[in-house]
Amino acid sequence: MAMLHTVNKSPFERNSLSSCLTKSKEGSTILLIEDAVVGALKGTVVADKLNAAVANKNVCVLGSDLNTRGFTEADIIDGIKIVDYAGFVDLVAEHSNVQSWL
Amino acid sequence: MSEGIKKFMFVNTKAPYGTVYALESLEVVLISAAFDQSVSLVFCDDGIFQIANNQNTEASGMKNFSPAYKALGDYDINKIYVETESLEERGLTLDNIMALTYEDEDDDWAEKSSIIPITRAELADLMDEQDVVISS
Repeated sequence: MAMLHTVNKSPFERNSLSSCLTKSKEGSTILLIEDAVVGALKGTVVADKLNAAVANKNVCVLGSDLNTRGFTEADIIDGIKIVDYAGFVDLVAEHSNVQSWL
Repeated sequence: MSEGIKKFMFVNTKAPYGTVYALESLEVVLISAAFDQSVSLVFCDDGIFQIANNQNTEASGMKNFSPAYKALGDYDINKIYVETESLEERGLTLDNIMALTYEDEDDDWAEKSSIIPITRAELADLMDEQDVVISS
């Protein structure tokens, strides 16, 4: 079963999202939470990396954390899915393991 | 500038909510306004997210403190610098930033924007002119 990766730091301040993207396998799930949700925005300096990731990985963002920071579905890269807290729980249950990139 | 008044600049570089830096800085800014100093604010790097439009904490249950920035004008804090390169790097424009305003007592209390776009190079010069710079 695939791994669930969670990332909670802004990609503009830390390297953890980039590190996660290079060390996660095809078919794994990457969930952006807390300050990492801004990595899902369109037109950023990390957008190319996220666009590449959605081609072969399941990239998700926690909707409540996205809304908290002032953004919605219209602001994020096509192919990134929005999940709610229940969806977060489902992802944890569906994956064999969780790796937290801090 | 009159005797005893210093130029204070608060430089906000962190995203809100994930850490407590943004809220703590805002509280210090509001306190400093009570001491009749010359206060300006800078939002750069992830700090620009602090004054992003449409913050909605309903689903996360966190305290939305973004409306408090709109009170800065009433505290005579009306120089709010936003670094343009930081916006561009994050796929944002000034349209994504809250409309922070003040009423100009020298111009019949006309409502004016407090937001001043500034480049990284200009910001370096501006910081150099300050008496006190507090960064968070």
